[in-house]
Amino acid sequence: MRIKLEKRHEPSLAMLVATPIASVILTMLIGIVVFDLLGINGFEAVVDIFLSPLLYSYKWQDVALKAAPLIIIALGLSMGNRAQVWNIGAEGQYVIGALCCAGMGIAFGQTGGFLVVLLMIAAGIVGGGLWAAVPAWLRTKYNVNEILSSLMLTYVSFQVLGYLVGGPWKDPNGRNFPATAPLADAQTLPVWPESTVHLGVLVALILPFVFWVIMARSEFGYQVRVVGSSATAARHGGFDSKRTIWATMIIGGAMAGLAGGLEFAGVLHKIDLGFASGYGFTAIIVAFLGRLNPFGCLIAGIVLAVTYVGGQMAQTSVHIPNSTAGIFQAMMLFFILASDILVRYRIRLIPSAKAAGV
Amino acid sequence: MASPARLELSGITKRFPGVLANDAVGFAVKPGEIHALLGENGAGKSTLVKMIYGIMQPDAGEIRWNGQRISVANPKAARKLGIGMVFQHFSLFEAMTVLENIALGMDAKIPARDLESRILAVMGQYGLKLEPHRIVSTLSVGERQRIEIVRALLLNPKLLIMDEPTSVLTPQEVDQLFTVLRKLAQEGCSILYISHKLNEIKALCDTATILRGGKLVDTCDPAVETSRSMAEKMIGGSLKDISRAAGRSFGAAKLAVKALSLPADGPFGTALRDISFTVRAGEIFGVAGVAGNGQNALLLALSGEATNANPASVTVDGVDVGHLQARARRGHGVASVPEERNGHAAVPIFTLADNAVLTARDRLGMVRAGLIDTKAARTYAGEVIEAFSVKATGPSAMAESLSGGNLQKYIMGREILQKPQVLVVSQPTWGVDAGAAAAIHQALVDLAATGSAIVVISQDLDELLSLCDTLAVINGGRLSPPMAVAEAKIDEIGLLMGGIHGEVAHAH
Repeated sequence: MRIKLEKRHEPSLAMLVATPIASVILTMLIGIVVFDLLGINGFEAVVDIFLSPLLYSYKWQDVALKAAPLIIIALGLSMGNRAQVWNIGAEGQYVIGALCCAGMGIAFGQTGGFLVVLLMIAAGIVGGGLWAAVPAWLRTKYNVNEILSSLMLTYVSFQVLGYLVGGPWKDPNGRNFPATAPLADAQTLPVWPESTVHLGVLVALILPFVFWVIMARSEFGYQVRVVGSSATAARHGGFDSKRTIWATMIIGGAMAGLAGGLEFAGVLHKIDLGFASGYGFTAIIVAFLGRLNPFGCLIAGIVLAVTYVGGQMAQTSVHIPNSTAGIFQAMMLFFILASDILVRYRIRLIPSAKAAGV
Repeated sequence: MASPARLELSGITKRFPGVLANDAVGFAVKPGEIHALLGENGAGKSTLVKMIYGIMQPDAGEIRWNGQRISVANPKAARKLGIGMVFQHFSLFEAMTVLENIALGMDAKIPARDLESRILAVMGQYGLKLEPHRIVSTLSVGERQRIEIVRALLLNPKLLIMDEPTSVLTPQEVDQLFTVLRKLAQEGCSILYISHKLNEIKALCDTATILRGGKLVDTCDPAVETSRSMAEKMIGGSLKDISRAAGRSFGAAKLAVKALSLPADGPFGTALRDISFTVRAGEIFGVAGVAGNGQNALLLALSGEATNANPASVTVDGVDVGHLQARARRGHGVASVPEERNGHAAVPIFTLADNAVLTARDRLGMVRAGLIDTKAARTYAGEVIEAFSVKATGPSAMAESLSGGNLQKYIMGREILQKPQVLVVSQPTWGVDAGAAAAIHQALVDLAATGSAIVVISQDLDELLSLCDTLAVINGGRLSPPMAVAEAKIDEIGLLMGGIHGEVAHAH
C-alpha cells in the first residue's frame, strides 16, 4: 500500500470547513488521552475546558467578553495574512492601543460622555495602527521581515507600558502599585444592563460582516487577495504591492488597538503590568482556525474564548493549571496547520501491485 | 516475433473527473523511428506521455515494451527501462553549473569526475556543444535544452520523449537539434516527438499519430500528408487562413518608443538599451528574438509594469506615458499579455470571472463605489469564453483548472475584447494548438483593422512572418532597425537572432 498526495482540481470547500472542526475534536481526544496518562481525569478536564462554559449560562458573558478582542484582532490579522503580510505583533499593538485610549482619557480628566469615549477608542485605533506602521515601513523600505520586527516591537510596547504605569500615569492613590487610576465611570464603555457585556461585544459581532464585504466584494479586498496570491499578477493588474502591505499592516494594528481600547474602557478600566494577557497571540490561532474568513474568525474566536473560560473552570474542578488552556490552543493551531494540505490535496491509497515494480 | 515494436500502446484509457483524457488510444513506435504525437491542447498528448513516463497510471489498456507487457510505476522505473524525457519546461537550478545540474538529476550517484568524462563523451558523440562548468543562468535557452538532452542521453535511452522542444530555439538551433535527433534514431533510439509545428514534423518524423479529444484520429506518414491536411485532422475541421482586407493602409503613429533604456531587473534579467520604434494605427509590429534577450523587459516597459523616469520614452497617441504605471496606462488604452500566464497574466487560484476583474475593471466599469460588480465580471468572462471558444466549465472555473492553451485563449480574449488602442502581447500562441492559434491570429488582425496598434513579441518566427506587417529583432536588450515583413529575409533575421546572440553569450 502506498500513500500518495494528489493535487485537487479545485480547493475542497468541504475540507476547508471540516478541517477546523476536526482540529478541535482531535485536540479534545488527544487531550483526554494525555491527561489520563498523567493520572488526571482527562475526560472531565476536556469537558470542563470545551463544554462547561457553553453549558452554564452564567459563563456566557465571560465567553463573550473574551471572544470580543480575539475576534476583532483576528479579523485584522486575517486580512493581512491574505496579502501574505505576517503581523505577529498584535499583542504589542493591543497594548499600545489601550495606552493611547487611556492617555486620551487622562487628557480629559474627569470629563466623560459619549464623545470622550469615542475619542478614546479612536485614539486606541490610531495608536495600534501607528505601532504597526513601523514594521510596514521597515518591510517596504528596507525589506525587513515583518514577523521579526512586529514581534520585537511587542516587547518594546511592554516597556512603554511599564514606564507609563510605573511613572507618569501611576495612580497617586494606588499605594505605589504600578497601575493607572481606575477610569472615571463617565469614561467607561456602555454596558448591557445587569451584566458585564460592554459595547465592544456588539462591535465584535458587527465587524465580521464589514470585513466580509471588504474582502469578498470590494476592490480593496480584491487587491489584497491578488497581492497575496501573486505580486507579479498584482503589478500586471495595476495594484501596488507596497501600498497593500502598508494598508493591511495598519488595519491589522488598528484592529488590535481597537481591541485594546475596548478591553481597557469596557472591562479592566485600568492598566497595570499584567494588562497584556495574550489576546494578540491567541488571535493568530483564531485567524487560522477561522480560515482567514471573517465569519470563521467569529466562530473560532468564540471557540478560543470558551477554552479560556473553561481553563479557569478546570482549575477548580480538576485542579489543573490555567495554562493548560494554552496547551489546548496550541494543539488546535498545530492540527489546523497540519491538516491545511487536505484542502488543496487529496490522499490516495494506492494498492501495491506486484506489477507496479519493474 | 522477429522484431517487436519498441513501444506499443493499446486501448490506453485515462479518465479524470469529468473528462476522458485518453479513450482507447493505441499505436506503436518501432526501434529507431521518429514518431510524432500531434494534437490540439487538451487532446490528451501530455496525459499519454505522462503515462508512458510513469508520472500517471492508465485506467485501462496496456503498454508493451519490446513486446513485453509492462506497467511503469514512476519516472525512475521508466528511466530504468530506457525511457528518457525532455520536458518543455526545464527543471534546472539557475545558480548552479551544468555539471551540478546533471548530477542532481541522476538516479545513481556517480563521482563528479566520472560523470564529467561521460558527459563529454556523450556531447562529443552527438555534437552537443556545452561547457560543463558554466553557470546555467549564463546560458541561452538552446543551451539549457542541451543540458536536459545530455541528462537524458546519459542513461542510454531506447526511447526519448521530446515535449515541444523547438518552441524556444532559433532556426539554426532547430537544425542542430534535428541533426542530433536523426543521429540518435540511426543508432536505434526511438523518439516520440510532441509538437504543434507541422512543417517540423514533416521535416523530421517518420510517422505521425494524431489525437483529438482524447481519441486516436489517424496514424499517418507526414511525408505524404501536407501540413494543412494534418492540421485539419488535428482540429477536425477545415483550417481558416488569416483573412485581411486587401490594400490596408496604416494611420498615424499610435505607439512611439524613443530611446527607451531600462536597467536589468535582478541578476538574471536583461537591460534594455536605447530602444526606439513606432507602431502606426492598424499596424502589427513583430519583435523576434531568442528567449532571454530582453523580451520580458520590453513587455514590462510597454505595459507600465516597469516605469521609466523619462515620460517621453513611451507615448500613446502623442501622450507621454513612460512614467505611468500599468493601471494608468490602461487608462490610455494600453493592454498587454505577458508571456507567463500563471501568476502574471492571471491568478491561478482565482476564477475566470475574478481574473477578468484583474485587467478589465476600469475600462469596463466593473467597480462602482469601491465595490466590485461581480455580475459584470461574470458576464464579461462569459463573453470571452464564448467569443474565443475557451474550454472551461464557465466563468467560475479556476484559472488553474484550464489547460495552458485554453487559459491563453482566455487571457488574449480578455484583452482583445476590451478594444485597446495599443496591445502588446508576448508569445500569443505559446503552447496553443493550430486551430486556436489561427483564431488568436485572426482576432489580432481584426483588432488591428479597427485601428489599434499591436506589438507581438514572439520566438516563433513563422508566426511573426505570417502575422506582422513590420518586424524587428531584439538581441541583448537592443532592437534592430525595423524591416517590412514583405521584404525580410529569413537568413538575415536568423543571423540577427542567433549570430549576435552567440557573441553576447560568449562575452560572459
